[in-house]
Amino acid sequence: MNQLRSLARKPWFGPLIALVVVYLVFLAWTPDAFSRPVTLITMARQTVVVGTAAVGMTLVILLGGIDLSVGSLVALTTVVAARVLQGGSGPEVAALAGIAAATAVGALNGGLIVGLRVTPFLITLGTMSILRGAAKGLANEQKIDAPTRGLEKLTTLGPGREWMMLPPSVWMWLVLAAVFAFVLRYSVFGKHAQAVGSNERTARLAGVHVGRVKVYTYALAGMLAGIAGIMELSTLTVGDPTDSIGLELSVIASVVIGGGSLSGGQGSIGGSLLGALLMTVIRTGCTQVGLPNWVQEILTGAIIIVATGIDSARRRRPA
Amino acid sequence: MTAPRLRFSNVKKSFGATKALRGVTFEASAGEIHAIVGENGAGKSTLMNVLAGAIAPDGGEVEIDGVAHRPSGPLAAREAGVAMVHQELSLCPHLTVAENIFLGMEPSRFGVVDRQAMIAGAEKALSEVMPEGAAEGHETGLHAQAIVGELPPSARQLVEIARALAHPSCKVLVLDEPTSSLSARESLRLFEGMKRLAGRGLTVLFISHFLEEVLSVADRYTVLRDGESVGSGETASVTVESLVEKMAGRRGEEVYPARAERAVGEVVLSLANVAGAVRPKEATLELRRGEILGLFGLVGSGRTELLRAVFGLDPVVRGEVRVGAYQGPSSPGQRLSQGVGLLSEDRAGEGVALSLSIADNVTMSAAGRLVRYGLLWPAAQLREASRWVERLGIKARSPEAEVGSLSGGNQQKVALGRLLSRDVDVLLLDEPTRGIDVTSKAQIYRLLSELAGKGKAILMVSSYLPELLGVCDRLAIMSRGALGPLREVAGLREEDVLREATGA
Repeated sequence: MNQLRSLARKPWFGPLIALVVVYLVFLAWTPDAFSRPVTLITMARQTVVVGTAAVGMTLVILLGGIDLSVGSLVALTTVVAARVLQGGSGPEVAALAGIAAATAVGALNGGLIVGLRVTPFLITLGTMSILRGAAKGLANEQKIDAPTRGLEKLTTLGPGREWMMLPPSVWMWLVLAAVFAFVLRYSVFGKHAQAVGSNERTARLAGVHVGRVKVYTYALAGMLAGIAGIMELSTLTVGDPTDSIGLELSVIASVVIGGGSLSGGQGSIGGSLLGALLMTVIRTGCTQVGLPNWVQEILTGAIIIVATGIDSARRRRPA
Repeated sequence: MTAPRLRFSNVKKSFGATKALRGVTFEASAGEIHAIVGENGAGKSTLMNVLAGAIAPDGGEVEIDGVAHRPSGPLAAREAGVAMVHQELSLCPHLTVAENIFLGMEPSRFGVVDRQAMIAGAEKALSEVMPEGAAEGHETGLHAQAIVGELPPSARQLVEIARALAHPSCKVLVLDEPTSSLSARESLRLFEGMKRLAGRGLTVLFISHFLEEVLSVADRYTVLRDGESVGSGETASVTVESLVEKMAGRRGEEVYPARAERAVGEVVLSLANVAGAVRPKEATLELRRGEILGLFGLVGSGRTELLRAVFGLDPVVRGEVRVGAYQGPSSPGQRLSQGVGLLSEDRAGEGVALSLSIADNVTMSAAGRLVRYGLLWPAAQLREASRWVERLGIKARSPEAEVGSLSGGNQQKVALGRLLSRDVDVLLLDEPTRGIDVTSKAQIYRLLSELAGKGKAILMVSSYLPELLGVCDRLAIMSRGALGPLREVAGLREEDVLREATGA
């Protein structure tokens, strides 16, 4: 009983229950569609972009920050990588170039936040627009139709690769999530990021290099957004500067549904993963049973409010 | 015989299995300053929350002027004449003094705030707490239209009291630890104000950890212990020792540790003509191993700023800071690696991270030392934290407990544990015993004496002079940003030090 109660206090417990319940509801509604492995694989594949960016956003939100530039950064990454492919390079080089650019942009976000002492909301609101503009400029305001040279295989489970069970991008996402969950729990950097999010002044007093921790965190979030951008490019097969508008809101929603607190210090990678999956299941489920788009949007919004409301009520009750 | 102004009879309250109040009985009459004393956790806050309508009691009766007082909430309690000034100031920093005073009861006509009436009312309320009126207001910048966030803490305290008085039916004024953020002179001014209000027939309930204060300002007292009232009486007939005895329920332990001869070693911290951006203006001192130095000064004298500048949290504009062989300014992180640690005066805001565990807090500075194979293992953190939980006598369920769930004294021990876990040689302690109970204070004094005996160097800032005289070897007075010479504590008289610090 005690074990059960301590399990129920884990931050990812609520989103897990919600995910299972929503899945079972749709399973009962459309048993054939929702029990087919292909539906599950499709849903996982549709979650990777938001899910990977959400891993980075979890770090940022734990730190007490926010990153609104994620959507623009994903689009910029697709454009950068497509340009490199266009120049004749292989997919590995293109992916690395895109991810490196995104990491640099993330570090820039962090550097501006620390250097100018402006709140993350405003800095990333600014870079959100700057990056979108840069992506459009770099792409001459068009989609870049570059040869993908095998990059498209990242998100598909082609013939001969059925043994992988899930597309490589999904595995990549899960591994990244595991790695960063590990980093948060077992590394000095992870502990310091949480300490800054919990109480920045205390962290500074304790000798934590607060500025450095912030820059690293935003750089890591940029890197993860870059990886998400490569996955997006693999799905789209073109570099698109107008892609992923508003993606940052889905990413933030995933983290918040997963137990993250915008005032910092709270959140978990596992929770964010479940939050991202929950939103995909709702979207897919609604499509499967033929509910129109507007119902999906209302449902997603309601889930965000209900999830955060339950979380807040749970916190107010003494443990 | 008429009913007393305020009467508690056998008031009880439980939270789950915890009995916060086991039965509190006492009376206070009109025009009386009545002190409530007790250790942290004795039930003082719960009792005041019952009076202020924030908590409903499980049993017993509270009466005001013979009428049962069962407020449905804080607003109803205020209507019934109970005004409360909280320990943590609860003003809105962005609003003006007048807006704060009338918050929740703004004079209005057809839903539009009557600004003139509000400002006039605020001025009237302010004049009652500041008899010298405009002259005094000019000194502190306190007037009806000042922005509260721009006022010094002592002026904000006055605004709180003015807010309490502004309500027409105010009969009982509750002051919860009103002097913990005030300087000695500001405290004296507050006490004069309290006496004046009592003289007008108000009952003042006064909660304080400073027993000397209690004896000098209160007419009567009630001691709470473990949720029970264990004695009331005239303050004229008790001493600090006998009050401590009643609070602790045993023969009052010697609060300050016996003075031991300590071997004084080499100089580990020396300051030469150090000046910060605004304060301090001039500070020179040498701190040696095995020494406890005290810094006494009023709030605003620059003592906190001096410690922060030494630790690298505030800039050093002029002069020289030398730590062992290191010279010049450093960041807090570098200071820690040089073996200097700072304990903040703002425990909840800076000293500890309330939402993190004891283990995370204790190991926050020393995390690097616990790393094995590039990773920080929770088991190692817990082991390290358990050591300090045991060594410092921190009362908690486990080292994984959230620091926010601990009492003030235990939180402070966690903050100290962080410095000790890092094994710093120079401890800069800013108000180490502010707002914590007598038992925890005595433990901290003993710990400091032990640490000095082991060769640590301690620089301690406090606004509570008796503790500096009781614990330190030498003492320097800070006044208007300038640090005076260090003097042996033996032979110093409290009155002389106070007079010098206030510049009188």
